[in-house]
Amino acid sequence: MTEAAGQAVFQIDPGDNVATALEDLTAGEAAVHGSPSKKTAVVSQDVPAGHKVALRDIAAGEPVVKYGVVIGQATKDIERGQWVHLHNMKSRYDLRSSSLDAVTGAPTDTCYE
Amino acid sequence: MKGENDMEDIRDAAWRGYLRQNGMKGIRNKLLVIYTVKCSAHVAKEIARLSDDKNVETVGFDGCCDNEYAVRLLLALARHPNVGAVLAVGLGCEYVQAKLLAEKAGESGRLSGWFLIQEHGGTLPSIRYGLEQVKNMLEELKRTPIAPMGFRDLIVGAECGGSDYTSGLAGNVLVGRFYDRMVDLGGTAIFEEIVEAVGLKSMLEGRAADEKARAQLAAAYDKALEYCKSVRQYSVSPGNFAGGLSSIEEKSMGALAKSGSRPVKGVLKVSQTPPGPGLWLLDSTPDPCWMGFGYTNPNDSEGLMDLISCGAQLVFLVTGRGNVVGSAVSPVFKITGNSSTFRRMSGDMDFDAGPALSGELTLDELCGRLFGEIARVCSGAETNAEKLGHKEYFIPYKYQEKKAGFHPKCREAGPLSGPSKIRVQI
Repeated sequence: MTEAAGQAVFQIDPGDNVATALEDLTAGEAAVHGSPSKKTAVVSQDVPAGHKVALRDIAAGEPVVKYGVVIGQATKDIERGQWVHLHNMKSRYDLRSSSLDAVTGAPTDTCYE
Repeated sequence: MKGENDMEDIRDAAWRGYLRQNGMKGIRNKLLVIYTVKCSAHVAKEIARLSDDKNVETVGFDGCCDNEYAVRLLLALARHPNVGAVLAVGLGCEYVQAKLLAEKAGESGRLSGWFLIQEHGGTLPSIRYGLEQVKNMLEELKRTPIAPMGFRDLIVGAECGGSDYTSGLAGNVLVGRFYDRMVDLGGTAIFEEIVEAVGLKSMLEGRAADEKARAQLAAAYDKALEYCKSVRQYSVSPGNFAGGLSSIEEKSMGALAKSGSRPVKGVLKVSQTPPGPGLWLLDSTPDPCWMGFGYTNPNDSEGLMDLISCGAQLVFLVTGRGNVVGSAVSPVFKITGNSSTFRRMSGDMDFDAGPALSGELTLDELCGRLFGEIARVCSGAETNAEKLGHKEYFIPYKYQEKKAGFHPKCREAGPLSGPSKIRVQI
């Protein structure tokens, strides 16, 4: 695995299973700021700044934890290092949000006619 | 590195406040020109503009109807600690009564005046008359009594807008730390955006100072969730998702961070002054039932105005992407957790919380610096929004009961009542 120099993520609570990208990440390692459970995290694909990366494997149906609280549920098996977003997790309240475009966030269910 | 102000410095910090009749103190001494309907807005704004004094500001309500929520808000602004004088400008045929606004302001010790454009010969004579009144009041405002003021006399409000991922990691977290210290010092702190607490009910309840507060928080939460379900819209936008937030729960945690960690004393409604010091939640969600209409936070200016209506002499706006708004009545202090936003919009942003993310500074160090900055603003230093002349306001129509309660009176109105019948007018 290549070493991408200087890239970093932010883990808010030691119990979190995701961390936030502090810049656009590429595959490699990232330093963990905040309250790290480990000093470095594995990144296995591109993750845009502000988005989340899985710190460990999260099975479909398992909670996604950030801030030490459940922020949603995995809809697919997520591997450590993968990008975590609308394509593989969903809110437990806002049932519409997982239907939004994962990149732009734009609604896909509103008819413009 | 140590913060520039430790707790002792902060506790002893003092500045000159404007003393009001009820004992509250202001950090500014404004003259508010209030219009009572859209039809009198131009005259009111011209009076404020031509007075050529930065302490003269305009606020008003557009509707020709006396929506109780809007009237309470106008009264709250007219009697705000930062306001020393009020000139109410009416057209002459509208519902909201300029005379009554001026009378109530007068009873609270404010200098006050009012007139109707129809009785004063139309636009130009009205502007001339208004300017004369303003000139006299400004002269008299110079004699407003001064009293020493410190953080324990301060009510601070906070909201976030134009958020990005840094808001929940740094900007709001810093405000939360500031709030903890404010509360420890005997001051008052208000946070809002209950629609951005979805998913966090048990956490909110766990923060309640007592049983009454717990019931109020639970009721405000349930109402907000019902509201979001009814309008099929949670307080999270395409831009939020594009920026990396994946759910309302995630956004909620970031938003709630600005409340810090101290117990919540209770729930305030818009225009209600906190009954005592400590941390309070402001509920700006419309109440349900037969008159259930309005929108929770149509824009950031409205959210800031809500906080100010509860007496906040100063408000924080935490903005990762960079909002530029200010507000009438109280200074807006803008904090960003995004250092590149801070550099890109340096003329607008007041404080960079980004060093907490890069690890350059600890939260406590940043918090110490923030207290120093706020003491300067309270002493009269202008925020960037003030320097730039940002004096936005927004007073919408809304239905809200006066106080947080568990059984709104309309629940007794029959089968048509109840939260599932919320109607929304945007």
